[in-house]
Amino acid sequence: MPPTPCSLCHSARALVKRPKTGQQVCKDCFFEVFETEVHNTIVDGAGIFKRGERVAIGASGGKDSTVLAHVLCLLNQRYDYGLDLFLLSIDEGITGYRDDSLETVKQNQVEYGLPLKILSYEDLYGWTMDRIVAQVGKRNNCTFCGVFRRQALDRGAAQLSVDHIVTGHNADDIAETVLMNIMRGDVARLSRCTAVTTQSEDTIKRSKPFKYAYEKEIVMYAYFKKLTYFSTECIYAPDAYRGHARVFLKDLEAIRPSAIIDIIHSGESFVLEQSVQKGMKAMQTCLRCGYMSSNDLCKACALLQGLEAGLDRSALRQGQENNLTVPEGHRTIPKFERITSGASTPTTPIALESIEKPLKAIAM
Amino acid sequence: MSARTEEPELPSNGLGYQPRIPSPKPLGYTSTPGPDTLEIRLEFGGGLHLLFSQQPRHTIHVPRHVPSSSPPKPSDMRYLIRWLKGNLLSEREEMFGEGDGVRPGILVLINDADWELEGELEYELRDRDEVVFISTLHGG
Repeated sequence: MPPTPCSLCHSARALVKRPKTGQQVCKDCFFEVFETEVHNTIVDGAGIFKRGERVAIGASGGKDSTVLAHVLCLLNQRYDYGLDLFLLSIDEGITGYRDDSLETVKQNQVEYGLPLKILSYEDLYGWTMDRIVAQVGKRNNCTFCGVFRRQALDRGAAQLSVDHIVTGHNADDIAETVLMNIMRGDVARLSRCTAVTTQSEDTIKRSKPFKYAYEKEIVMYAYFKKLTYFSTECIYAPDAYRGHARVFLKDLEAIRPSAIIDIIHSGESFVLEQSVQKGMKAMQTCLRCGYMSSNDLCKACALLQGLEAGLDRSALRQGQENNLTVPEGHRTIPKFERITSGASTPTTPIALESIEKPLKAIAM
Repeated sequence: MSARTEEPELPSNGLGYQPRIPSPKPLGYTSTPGPDTLEIRLEFGGGLHLLFSQQPRHTIHVPRHVPSSSPPKPSDMRYLIRWLKGNLLSEREEMFGEGDGVRPGILVLINDADWELEGELEYELRDRDEVVFISTLHGG
């Protein structure tokens, strides 16, 4: 086949077929449209950022968060958003998985010149995922990991005194979540999982600037830009529900690439009636750790209590109704405190990852 | 971690694997170069190298024409994928191939171009082509 010319600049050779539009574009035009679309997601409507905001990028070392860190640094300069950017990583304590990808984040820290904060499950909860899996088994362990990670990110953000967390969730991830929420009948989550930005009272704002970015384009972007990321499968996730939703979605995409954006649109079109909304539990703060919760105990405290009591899978069902006194010797989560400083600098010094070691590694 | 300081290089290839993996060594079962073969350079990213003897890069020699095709049919991507399944894939075939092609969610680049622009399975291989397979099925 003769080389196809780029459908945007009409001069260079097309190297990417865009899944969203079917356009055939050259490398430079691809970078341009990819970055511009992310910028458009960011500034759409009232925009997700405020000038002077301190923003933490949830960084795992994987492709999505690596591309996000790269693109946000670039757009922050190009369009002068005036953001103070940080990298925030969570160490779940999974030997051979997260320890390797955290090395990659340390590399990103140097490449993008961003301060990095790493928070571990071990420090925060007293349990690594390795230990949790040893106790509860491989089934359902993703629930622990998900609940613990969400709270760990908020706690890390609070420690960095940032106003806003951005994550690398892409269009494929969001479409998957829509499907999963439908399959589970999780109406409350279905209505908010497609939002670019979510914030309820007292929580740190969260945004997904890659809401409309296809995974294929993120991978192509990382490949053409030769970005540093680490790709491996979580050793504890092979049976996760999400994996099945993902395979199903990829099958749909192969038949019709617009399926991903169509599913997101479907998710957005579900609007809850007032009467349904009223029936949902109001948010309160966890009586034990102060984190937001829809019950007296937040999910993380309830799960931790189950783990500490030596329960296996039933730790998942460990109720909210049990009494609030902590058995002697059991580990609890430190009090959740947020410095609502806005854009001002925190008064307490923040322990950041030293940049010296990774710098030395690069110099060698 | 301390052992790593000797090889501080981290993945900067845009493919998500660690360059600590030893550089490619010739594999016994690739057919030998010759006038009737095409040299193809392969790279596996996004964790796919785990299915190919943990080796991200391979150089292979495949027949110029699909064996016992008559009239002789030039080797194409369909043949390459079949050849890979039969000769290079070391485990879990279902993670790589589906039907004649690759599993949905695996991106393919031929000489740095999206294979969707190159005719996908029908693309006829040329000597010294570079083919990259990247899995997108892993977590971010």
